[in-house]
Amino acid sequence: MVAASAPAAVDVLAARLRAELGDAAVVTEEAARRTYECDGLAHFRAVPALVVLPESAEQVQTVVRACRDEGVAWVARGSGTGLSGGALPLVDGVLIVTSRMRRIVQIDLSNGRAILEPGVVNLAVSRAVSDDGWFYAPDPSSQLVCSIGGNVAENSGGAHCVKYGFTVHHVTGLEICTSDGELVWLGAGQAAEAPGFDLVGVFVGSEGTLGIATKVAVRLLRQPEAVTTLLAAFGTVADAGAATSAVIAAGLTPAAAEIMDALAIEAAEQAVACSYPAGAGAVLIVELDGPAVEVAAEEATVRKLCDGAGAFEIRVAADSAERAEIWKGRKSAFAAVGRISPNYIVQDGVIPRTALAEVLAEIDALAAASGIRVANVFHAGDGNLHPLVLYDATVPGEYETAQRVSGAILDLCVARGGSITGEHGVGVDKADKLPRMFSGDDLETMQLVRCAFDPTGLANPGKVFPTPRLCGEPPRPRAAGDLASQSRQQAGVLAW
Amino acid sequence: MVTVVAPTSATEAAEVMRAAVSDELTVLPRGAGTKAHWGGTQSNVDIVLDTRRMHGVTAHEPGDLVATVRAGTPLRDVQAVLGLAGQRLALEAGFTEATVGGVLAAGEAGPLRLRHGSGRDLLIGVEFVRADGVVARSGGRVVKNVAGYDMGRLLCGSYGTLAVITSATFRLHPLPPARTWVSRPVGTLDEMADLVGEVMSARVSPSSVEIDLRGTSGTLAALIEGSRAGVDARAETATRQLGGGAVIGDEPAWWGRYPFAPDDVAVKLAAPVGPLGSVLGALRAAAGPGVAVRGSAGTGVLYAALPGSTSAEHLHSTLAALRSALAEAGGSCVVLAAPPSIRDEIDLWGPVPGLALMRRIKDQFDPARRLASGRFVGGI
Repeated sequence: MVAASAPAAVDVLAARLRAELGDAAVVTEEAARRTYECDGLAHFRAVPALVVLPESAEQVQTVVRACRDEGVAWVARGSGTGLSGGALPLVDGVLIVTSRMRRIVQIDLSNGRAILEPGVVNLAVSRAVSDDGWFYAPDPSSQLVCSIGGNVAENSGGAHCVKYGFTVHHVTGLEICTSDGELVWLGAGQAAEAPGFDLVGVFVGSEGTLGIATKVAVRLLRQPEAVTTLLAAFGTVADAGAATSAVIAAGLTPAAAEIMDALAIEAAEQAVACSYPAGAGAVLIVELDGPAVEVAAEEATVRKLCDGAGAFEIRVAADSAERAEIWKGRKSAFAAVGRISPNYIVQDGVIPRTALAEVLAEIDALAAASGIRVANVFHAGDGNLHPLVLYDATVPGEYETAQRVSGAILDLCVARGGSITGEHGVGVDKADKLPRMFSGDDLETMQLVRCAFDPTGLANPGKVFPTPRLCGEPPRPRAAGDLASQSRQQAGVLAW
Repeated sequence: MVTVVAPTSATEAAEVMRAAVSDELTVLPRGAGTKAHWGGTQSNVDIVLDTRRMHGVTAHEPGDLVATVRAGTPLRDVQAVLGLAGQRLALEAGFTEATVGGVLAAGEAGPLRLRHGSGRDLLIGVEFVRADGVVARSGGRVVKNVAGYDMGRLLCGSYGTLAVITSATFRLHPLPPARTWVSRPVGTLDEMADLVGEVMSARVSPSSVEIDLRGTSGTLAALIEGSRAGVDARAETATRQLGGGAVIGDEPAWWGRYPFAPDDVAVKLAAPVGPLGSVLGALRAAAGPGVAVRGSAGTGVLYAALPGSTSAEHLHSTLAALRSALAEAGGSCVVLAAPPSIRDEIDLWGPVPGLALMRRIKDQFDPARRLASGRFVGGI
């Protein structure tokens, strides 16, 4: 529908936006547009018909209104680090890039809040308040680059979300531009809550399908008094998993609990020479934070439990430099895999933590049966797996095999009652897999929200949902007569 | 005439809703009814859908710190089951009989909200029945999950106006080995506000910071949780930080209880923590020097009791003054409950950011206005 009239509409749009926003904000040249053809999931590519770089909420509104008037769909993009193709452009649509909206609008430490423009880089928030003893908790691995607006769209997590929660737990208010071009404040912002439905809660994680966030109010936290980071080396991943379970069973809530298997360690050693204990089949990184007196006691408990689970070496970071050294291998793990394999797929699935050992064994079996190597890096504290499925694109059929293995891993997650994505999102990559978790009724219900926010379907169409619902469709016909009379009888029986 | 129907499952609840659709009846979802007097008046209730026969903890995996609970289960029963495994749902109700579904739908949360947030922050999966009788779910039973929209958040605090919650899956937390309270009398609102900032230090790291005030004086208390030795040391630190007669002791009698009686006008304030002193000053100026206030000073969510004998006119001007002060600070206040004689005369909710979008959501979910109609913001 949009496609048929798009080329002409986009020309009209470009001219209008040049006039309203200036030439510098509108990118029409093909080579320049091509630089936006993918996000962090480079397998999917599409050159957008037009790229616009607004500098303010009002300019976003101008762009969205122009799109509405011309019936052109649009996609919002922050820093383009997403791993599910959520910011994949539309060839006949507009890409709205927020990278020029990088102002920290307000910081109020008396109330523990900051108001940010969506292009602000995640780490810039903590950096702005760290000297005063505060931080912003969500810390996705890409935090040096990724934007707050993108974090809002994806409900980004990070290594520390096992204790601190995800983006949604830290966003207290939003200014959004809806697809009909209205700028609307949602939620409280400065206070803990506001009257009405929790629209902030449903907008965060909606992957750009409900509108664009133009300002983000976030909660800041006081830095913990003490932080300790401990690295334990085990012979097997199962032992490292058992140690994690023992820590949780002891009633501890670590700030992070991360496991890497032998193949992931090998890659990290080659890439960044992290010098993890030689011969480790797995390493477990546990970070503890809080009041110093609690952290000291917890560290002793974790040491004891790791010993009990068979750790053959335990290192504890004495200072922030040593802490960075321990984290270096983990944080570089995804990119490091490029050292041991020409190509790889980063998977993101979740299982109940108690199923860890079994699922990892099943992943091993899958890998062995297919001849494909799988490196495992995961957030052990919350069961969020990041299997890295290695392949060589120059070998015929290997990509297809890797895709099959990657998909089968998600099936394992779903079979255990887990999720097809813990933090990377659905995007285009997993839209067809959403029905493995949800019924048609479940997905239709979610799209009721979509229809309330974006009845014309111009906001990031084709993402998240496998089958878009046309808004304004009459509700599906329901069997009325017989069912209703049965229900009345049932109701009579039940009344009391 | 109101018919009370008590289904035992989501399937049966869906049958009730479908019957309501075919007979064009309106439905009010209800748990134990502890907050039945909260919110706006729903005109013409035909069916009360009582959730209490949907009862019990249906799954609890201690190793995963996750539990699934049917909506009609009293929260205290849930805590009893979880406590056996040394765990808890970090959610508290202001009424002892309150059900899980009711606590979620009314957006109730107690002192632990400083550390753990409210129900929407702990809910990881939800099953519900839509106004058209369709059973749907979102989320799941793992803590980390970004697949699909989070419908649970939308239902939390929705007063039953979008769907009937039938089951909820929560993230759990370990029960702390030790808990203690540090309490201190406060004489002025400014002193109180300063002390709240002090005690929320990283060294003390309290789970809750609550106040109990009548007029300008009362008590500030912080809950400290952790290991036995750690709690003792942190409580000592808190005592020094607070000074002025701070004492270490057990749970104060008023802890987690609303300051209002059934006949009072019950007000909930959500204020920024920074200007809390001036917000409470505005409340005192508007509502009179003797106004009773309790709640989470650490998060700025506080409850106030105004006499139920207040005239609608007086209440209207009190709310206008209070809302004006709150709007300046970036906060809001709602009237949770008021005597029937004045409830329909006043604006219970005040300004609602995003109200037009909320109406559109209601239109999508319940175009016939079948569920709890009129109970929520903007007459939703």
